This record gives sequence, C-alpha cells and structure tokens, in this order.
Amino acid sequence: MRPIFIAFVLGSVFTAPALAQETRPEIVGDAIPQPLVAIRGDPVRGRAIVVDRQVGLCLLCHSGPFPEQRLQGTLAPELAGAGRRWSEGQLRLRIVDAAKANPATIMPPYYRTDGLVRVASAYRGKTLLTAQQIEDVVAFLMTLRD
Amino acid sequence: MSRQALMRLAHFSLAVLLVAFGFAASATEIPLSERKSGYEFMGPQSRAMQDDDTANPGMLSVFDGEALWNAKTGATNQSCAGCHGDATQSMKGAAARYPAFNASRGRPLDLEGQINLCRADRQQASPFAYESRELLALTAYVARQSRGMPIEPTIDARTQPFLDAGRAIFDLRQGQLNLSCAQCHDDQWGQRLAGTVIPQGHPTGYPQYRLEWQSLGSLQRRLRNCLVGMRAEPYAVGAPEYVDLTLFLMWRARGMKFEAPAVRP
Ligand code: HEC
Ligand code: HEC
Ligand code: HEC
Repeated sequence: MRPIFIAFVLGSVFTAPALAQETRPEIVGDAIPQPLVAIRGDPVRGRAIVVDRQVGLCLLCHSGPFPEQRLQGTLAPELAGAGRRWSEGQLRLRIVDAAKANPATIMPPYYRTDGLVRVASAYRGKTLLTAQQIEDVVAFLMTLRD
Repeated sequence: MSRQALMRLAHFSLAVLLVAFGFAASATEIPLSERKSGYEFMGPQSRAMQDDDTANPGMLSVFDGEALWNAKTGATNQSCAGCHGDATQSMKGAAARYPAFNASRGRPLDLEGQINLCRADRQQASPFAYESRELLALTAYVARQSRGMPIEPTIDARTQPFLDAGRAIFDLRQGQLNLSCAQCHDDQWGQRLAGTVIPQGHPTGYPQYRLEWQSLGSLQRRLRNCLVGMRAEPYAVGAPEYVDLTLFLMWRARGMKFEAPAVRP
C-alpha cells in the first residue's frame, strides 16, 4: 500500500519547466496549504481552464455549473459546491495529485510527472497544468459555493 | 461465540478483505452475460446504416476487396482466389478466429498480418501498407465472410503468453492522464466522457466505418485513437503490441457476434 496522508514533499514534479518563484508543494494532512506560486490565482482564468477540453480536461469526467457547455462528463462528482465541501488546500492537493487522497482514483495527476509510463513524447516530462494554472483553477473552484 | 462461529467470521473477514483489495488493485471484468457490442450503444439511424448493405459505407470497401481477391498479381501471378477459391466458402469464420498463431513467425498474426503474409510469401508481391485502401479492402472482404458468426480465437499453450501480454497492456495505467483501458472500458462503460458514451470496447466490427473518420479504418487505428486520448505514446504502426492487445480484446469478446464492416459514430 502507498502511504496516503503521510506528509512529504513531492520531489520530481519539478522536472516540469519550473518557474523560478514556485514553492515546493508540501502536503499537510490531506491538503497542500501553501499556494504553488506567489501570484494569486485568478478565478476567471481558472474557469476558462476548467471548461477547456484540451487544457483542463475536467469536463471529460466532471459536470458543473457551466450552462454554455453542452458536453459534460458523468465519471466524477459535480463540481458545483466544491468550494464549500473542501478547503483551498484540500482542493490544491486534489488537483496536484488526486492519488494522494485516493490511490485508486482515475483523476489524472495535474502536477506530477514521476511514476507515469509511456507518456506521449509531446507531453513527456511536462505536467498537465503549470503551477500558475493550478492556482487559477483552485481560485475558481473556491468560488463554487453552492 | 462458538469456536466454529469465530472461524466462520475469520474466513468471512478474510474474503471481504481479499475482495476489497482485488477491486482496488484492478478493474473488474465485465460478466459474459453483460457484454454489449458498440452497436448497442448507437442510435437507430446508425444501426440501420450498419444493417443495410446498400446504406453501409463499409460495403464499398468490401466490393473493392472482392475485386482485389480475384486479381492476379505478384511474381507468381496468382490471385487470392487462385489458392483460396470462393471466399464466401473458404473464408467463412476465418476473421472471427483471428489473431491466430503462425508457426513460421512464432507468434499470432492479426488478419491484416496474415493477408500481407500471403501477399509477400504466396504471391511474391510487396506487402500493403497498414491502413492503405487495398489492405483495408481485402481485410473488409475477408472479414465480411464472418458476419454473424461467434468470435472464437484459439487460446492454447502457444497463444496464451500473447493473450497475457495483451491483458497486461489493457490493465496498464499509461500516458500523461495515467489511465488504463480497463478503467474506461471495464469500469466506466455506459458513462459519458464529455458527450460520448464509453462503450465496452469490443472489437466486433473491424475494419469499420467511422462517421467521424469519414472512412473505413482498422482496429489498430481505433486503438491508436484511444492511446492518443490518454496522451500515451502510440505503439508504432504494425507493432506486435497491437496484435497482443487485439488477441486479448477478441478473447474478451469471445462468443459475441462478429459484425464487420460495422458502422460507428
Ligand atoms: C479522468 C477523469 C477526471 C478528470 C479529467 C478530472 N477529474 Fe476530478 N475527479 C475525478 C473523480 C473520479 C473524482 C472523485 C474522487 C476520486 O475518485 O478520487 C474527482 C474528484 C474531484 C474533486 C473533488 C470532488 C468533490 O467535491 O468531492 C474536485 C474538486 C475535482 N475532481 C476537480 C477536478 C478539476 C478541476 C479537474 C480539471 C483540472 C478534474 N477534476 C479532472 C475524475 C476526474
Ligand atoms: C499460393 C497460394 C496462396 C495465395 C495466392 C494466397 N494464399 Fe492465403 N493462404 C495460403 C495458405 C497455404 C494458407 C494457410 C496458412 C499459411 O500457411 O499461411 C493461407 C491462409 C490464409 C488466411 C487464413 C485463413 C484461415 O482460415 O486461417 C487468409 C485470411 C488468407 N490466406 C488470405 C489470403 C489473401 C487475402 C490472399 C490474396 C492477397 C491470399 N491469401 C493469397 C495460400 C495462399
Ligand atoms: C478515457 C476513457 C478511455 C480510455 C482510457 C480508453 N478508451 Fe477506448 N474508447 C473510449 C471511448 C469514449 C470510445 C468510443 C469512441 C467514440 O465513439 O468516439 C472508445 C472506443 C474504443 C473501441 C471501439 C469499440 C467499438 O465498438 O468499435 C475499442 C476497441 C477501444 N476503445 C479500446 C481501447 C483500448 C484497448 C484502450 C487502451 C489502450 C482504450 N480503449 C482506452 C474511451 C476510452
């Protein structure tokens, strides 16, 4: 079994093109309390990432309060209310690497490159989202209160 | 509590634990009686298109393939028909048994591989490129002769290792999205991936006409599409991994009806 809620530091995520001002995402309990970058997340940009089928990919699996999006997934819980159910740090952990909360999850790790096999060459060594994009997504999810 | 009751409880807890771990570690296989072809996930219009030979766009390739079947070619100036005669008789059920073990190659070949082998060795002509019009047409023509027949690849001591290799690929979490084929096709079938219903992933109708492709395509092409969606590195065109995966998928679909050339959205 993999350690689940043991606090430790994600090492090799920084094989991704790293921005100088990134901090190392430190897990405390089931959360990453500290933002990954110093610049505050922008919920407007975050929403755009979440609904983009090539960037966030979230709506492949999730549905949510996005009336303009016709095609939404049924593989995962509704995103509506996520900001009420979870703290900012808990949401950050789930986007960075949902397997830390649930080892059997099908939710892709958005900020991890180690432990992945046969990644297509165009994406090899790159995280699904950048640290800044993750902060934007978290800021947006925090606005989903009901 | 009696000693016996305690023992029963202990056994029960162990069984529950084993089941729980089994499920966490790997996807659950679909019970044989609950398997559904992609056909059953389609609307009435697409079904009607597949069922009616005059509307099924895949039939154009089948006719194309019939002409190629009868054409003499290669250094031997032999046609397929020259050796195999009437395909409606000699090729009945053949496609439903593929991939099949080939002794000279020491591994299973898929139908495309067998056709290209006959072309190279028996006709002494250059093999067709994968996904070429000719190979798709000949494959579709041969496959058509198995329509309605049960899928039954031969699993024995020679093919078992390749079946296992195919299963390992099916269960492997891979690509940037870290997903396995099984997580979608065993665990989440019937759910919507964005707008698209996830089918069980049975290879019952290849080569098949996809409306999205606007053309006939092979199973390898379909598998590449799923790998690309997972952001995994697709195996090289014609790679043995596709044949192993195909053998596993055909075994997984054993007993289901072969329906090439199928139509899919
Ligand atoms: C391949 C499918 C998949 C994708 C893509 C995906 N998720 Fe998830 N997500 C899940 C599943 C399944 C869960 C349920 C918990 C679990 O199984 O880990 C989940 C859980 C969550 C949760 C917690 C849900 C709750 O309120 O209980 C949040 C928040 C979340 N995802 C956000 C996102 C965001 C944002 C994205 C895009 C950046 C995303 N997910 C992409 C499958 C996915
Ligand atoms: C010179 C004779 C010859 C010619 C020409 C020939 N084949 Fe074959 N074919 C064989 C033999 C013999 C086998 C038995 C398996 C083997 O040894 O490869 C075979 C096997 C097959 C099989 C497998 C049948 C089964 O039931 O497993 C297929 C399919 C096939 N050939 C298709 C073709 C096609 C399509 C062509 C024309 C492109 C063709 N063959 C041309 C001799 C020939
Ligand atoms: C994220 C979910 C997902 C994953 C992972 C996935 N697939 Fe698929 N697969 C789909 C969807 C959705 C379709 C239907 C495509 C469509 O209609 O556009 C499909 C279609 C198929 C089909 C065609 C079925 C038919 O009726 O013709 C096969 C075969 C298949 N997948 C096999 C695989 C294999 C093998 C893998 C692993 C290498 C895989 N898939 C990985 C979602 C997935």
